[in-house]
Amino acid sequence: MELLPTVWFVAIAVLWTGYLFLEGFDLGVGMLMKLFARNDTDRRVLLNTVGPVWDGNEVWLLTAAGATFAAFPLWYASLFSALYLPLLIVLVALIFRAVAFEYRGKVDTQRWRTAWDWAIALGSFTAAFGIGAALALTTTGLPIDSNGDRHGGPFAWFSGYAVLGGLAVVAFALVHALAFLALKTDGQVRHRARRWFVRLAPIALLPLLAWAVAVQLLSGKPATWILVILGVFAAAAAWVLARRGAEGKAFGALGAFLVCATASIFGAAFPVVIPSTLNPAFNLTISNASSSAYTLGLMSIAAAVGLPLVIAYQAWTYWVFRRRVSAAHIPPAHGFLPAIAAKVLVGHEAPAGRAAKHAPRDAGE
Amino acid sequence: MDALEIARWQFGITTVYHFMMVPLTIGLGLVVAVIQTFWYRTGKVEYLRMTKFWGKLFLINFIMGVATGIVQEFQFGMAWSEYSRFVGDVFGAPLALEALLAFFVESTFLGLWIFGWKQLKRGVHLACLWIAVIGSFFSAYFIIVANSWMQHPVGVKMVNGRPHMTDAWAVFTNNTALVAVPHTLFGALAVAGAFLLGIAWYHLWRRRHDGIDTVGADGRAVAGEADIPGRDKTDYKVWMTSLRIGAVVAMISFAGTAITGDMQGKLMFEQQPMKMAAAEAACHDGTGFSILSVGNVGSKNCNDIVAVIEVPGILSFLAKGDFTTEVKGVNSLLDEYKAKYGTHLPDNPLYGDRAGQDIQYVPVMEVTYWGFRMMIGFGGIAAFAALLALWVTRKGLVPQSRWIMRLAVFGILAPFGANAAGWIFTEMGRQPFVVAPNPDASGVDQVFMFTAAAVSPGVSAAELITSLVVLGSIYAVLLVVEVRLLVKYARGGVVSAMPELAKALSEKKDKTDDDGGTPGAQDRPGASDDVLAFAY
Ligand code: HDD
Ligand code: HEM
Ligand code: HEM
Repeated sequence: MELLPTVWFVAIAVLWTGYLFLEGFDLGVGMLMKLFARNDTDRRVLLNTVGPVWDGNEVWLLTAAGATFAAFPLWYASLFSALYLPLLIVLVALIFRAVAFEYRGKVDTQRWRTAWDWAIALGSFTAAFGIGAALALTTTGLPIDSNGDRHGGPFAWFSGYAVLGGLAVVAFALVHALAFLALKTDGQVRHRARRWFVRLAPIALLPLLAWAVAVQLLSGKPATWILVILGVFAAAAAWVLARRGAEGKAFGALGAFLVCATASIFGAAFPVVIPSTLNPAFNLTISNASSSAYTLGLMSIAAAVGLPLVIAYQAWTYWVFRRRVSAAHIPPAHGFLPAIAAKVLVGHEAPAGRAAKHAPRDAGE
Repeated sequence: MDALEIARWQFGITTVYHFMMVPLTIGLGLVVAVIQTFWYRTGKVEYLRMTKFWGKLFLINFIMGVATGIVQEFQFGMAWSEYSRFVGDVFGAPLALEALLAFFVESTFLGLWIFGWKQLKRGVHLACLWIAVIGSFFSAYFIIVANSWMQHPVGVKMVNGRPHMTDAWAVFTNNTALVAVPHTLFGALAVAGAFLLGIAWYHLWRRRHDGIDTVGADGRAVAGEADIPGRDKTDYKVWMTSLRIGAVVAMISFAGTAITGDMQGKLMFEQQPMKMAAAEAACHDGTGFSILSVGNVGSKNCNDIVAVIEVPGILSFLAKGDFTTEVKGVNSLLDEYKAKYGTHLPDNPLYGDRAGQDIQYVPVMEVTYWGFRMMIGFGGIAAFAALLALWVTRKGLVPQSRWIMRLAVFGILAPFGANAAGWIFTEMGRQPFVVAPNPDASGVDQVFMFTAAAVSPGVSAAELITSLVVLGSIYAVLLVVEVRLLVKYARGGVVSAMPELAKALSEKKDKTDDDGGTPGAQDRPGASDDVLAFAY
């Protein structure tokens, strides 16, 4: 009986969807730090929309990876070792991005902030691209041998699908973030985000759609084709709603598009978790890559209890921080106020009391 | 170096690094939660200031734990794919549960705590921190369950050459884990204790040095008021209370590590006798504990080692709780291991060039011997220093000596050293196994894996070298950045975490200053400032 492996295949697809939905907008917001924000106040508005939640969003990635390890150890082992260098780059991107969120405001110089802004923007871009590429490759194929190991050197994993998947997630994250900003901010950021969304969405959603169609061509089923079509409708709805200014509904419709796309992709790939491009006999599938029924059962209980809880308290977080953020909420940068007028190690120190004068550094708007 | 050695260096470096951030996160998190609880109960302003100050340092460190933890989560699959395939059925579960039941809790509730100072009711806000802290205990528990299974595999049967979990209860209540968890948590608290002690000492010293605090006629401290933001009388209380909390925490946690460490030692004699013998550089069977051995401890040849100071009976006490049991030394264990697990690595392609080589059952004794002693030594020194500190400051004053202040600050490093040494000892003492076999009855025999078979077969040495260099250099840079920020904010004192203090002060002085400058500054409730200043 293949029930439990199927359940876990679905669970992992759900985790990845949750990840792309949630971290999708904070990766996008990260990229927009450089593409969209006009001045430092804008950037801090952007940062504060995701500030309380980005770390929680990132745990969806860790859980997706951990659940793959627990439920399909062979999938985890083959995918992660085959994609050694790309995942290394993703790790570097995630490291810098995480640190940048926290450290950006810790030294009051423009150089410092600019450096970390780049870390956030490039880190977000690279992570989104790399994860998209990895997911595209696990659904379209890798050169793995009978033991599940990569054949053909450090770059043998490369294919056009990697680029397509990378682009798909990057572009989706960008428009998803614009929809999110339209929903979460006020003032000119909100209006510009909506305008940008309406302009960009028709192109930016295409790569994800193309990836979904590509997987259908490789291994599609009638049901998953239908999902692709539903996805197209959802995307169109998101666009129309955003034009009408229904920001919340547009954001929801975009989410529906994502769910249709990932469901059609994973659904088409099922039951194969990594197709082997060397020989279909080496394919890793939910049956030959999974853990024992005992472990899967244990994990099912844990997930049945844990996942609804996670969703509940994360939803509560979004509720607590539901207020729109606007430039008016952003206090001036605080400088750093040493209580002790001693030589301090980092940066140029403001003389005590300067911050109290609210030096207007964000003249923009 | 071949792929295996590089992968081992990489794992060692990245985990030791991760475990520099983690104990501070766990320990300081608990301390901040306790302090905020004091504030909640008493409403005293010094507790609020302490919460903000230590909370800020906590966050600067926390993020590095997150950033480096992600590497750990990926690394098993990337560099150790054979290992992941072998252990996945058992080992993956605690790892997944750690993410699902601990990391989600920590990151979400910490986000609420950081940004929720104004949005949440005081009690709810405090509860968020407590939930995050308890989450970090759970993450320690789950990861140590995973690690303990490598030290002492239980709850499995072998199916087609791979262990399958048959008894989750046995895995999650592995006796190895049940003592390692409190031991590690106490180790983390020791870090936090020394951290509080060192930094508070610096500030108290600074206040004396700057002439703010003086000595009264009765020899007690007279806290003074300085005309600098944040250096009022409350500031004195902040540091004195922090110092005392730090010292007490450091002492309690050393006692905790000693008690639980003793229990770990006893288990280890049963579960990994070779590790314990190597920790002692004990070649021959006996009862004595060596305090100092000279000669080439690193040598695999036992005749090179001479125990200079040896206390009879102590080794037996560590192992069994009496003073007479003969404890097996390396030499006799070696024969047992060879008989049970073979003398040569199997002729299996997984071992690559190493197939058929001799197996070295004795771990690097230099590391195990000194690792064990450094762990205990550094921990002991820190605890003793904490006791001294309490005595010296009983009148509310720290000595004026700059050198003693420096000692207190550098003493922060001792528990970090103890933690790193303990792990290096644990992990390297397990070699040549990545999953150690268990000779005793509670373990499942014949479940083991040689490290030499664990590395990813498809990954080249060049890839591993690349990642080692990339991660190593990024970690080095980030360590400098983190330490500098910690130093900067530690020196900055309370006001660096609470700019509103300075603002209040300067507004008092200069009432004509219209809170102008920034558009929108007026319609913002002045207090929301401090939330964002605390966060980003
Ligand atoms: C501040 C930190 C600290 C301090 C003061 C101590 N330890 Fe420790 N010790 C650790 C921090 C640590 C650790 C880093 O947390 C380890 C590594 C793995 C583990 O479970 O805990 C550890 C491991 C560890 C092990 C190895 C377990 C194994 O390999 O399976 C033993 C036998 C002890 N300790 C025993 C002691 C004793 C007898 C101490 C006496 C005072 C002591 N430790 C102090
Ligand atoms: C608790 C979870 C941990 C797990 C699951 C774990 C697992 C592993 C694995 C798979 C290896 C590589 C294989 C090997 O060389 O044996 C390893 C090696 C190592 N780990 Fe751990 N580890 C953990 C915690 C730590 C921590 C916290 C530290 C240090 C602070 C540490 C220090 C090391 C070192 C130094 C090595 C290299 C040992 C050698 O190759 O000789 N480990 N560990
Ligand atoms: C005794 C050893 C370890 C303990 C006690 C420990 C505990 C912790 C803690 C407290 C954090 C920071 C909190 C957080 O971000 O949620 C953390 C971060 C992390 N650790 Fe470790 N860890 C240990 C070793 C390891 C190992 C060996 C792994 C590899 C699987 C690992 C995986 C992670 C991950 C993925 C994160 C990031 C979590 C996040 O983003 O929230 N840890 N760990």
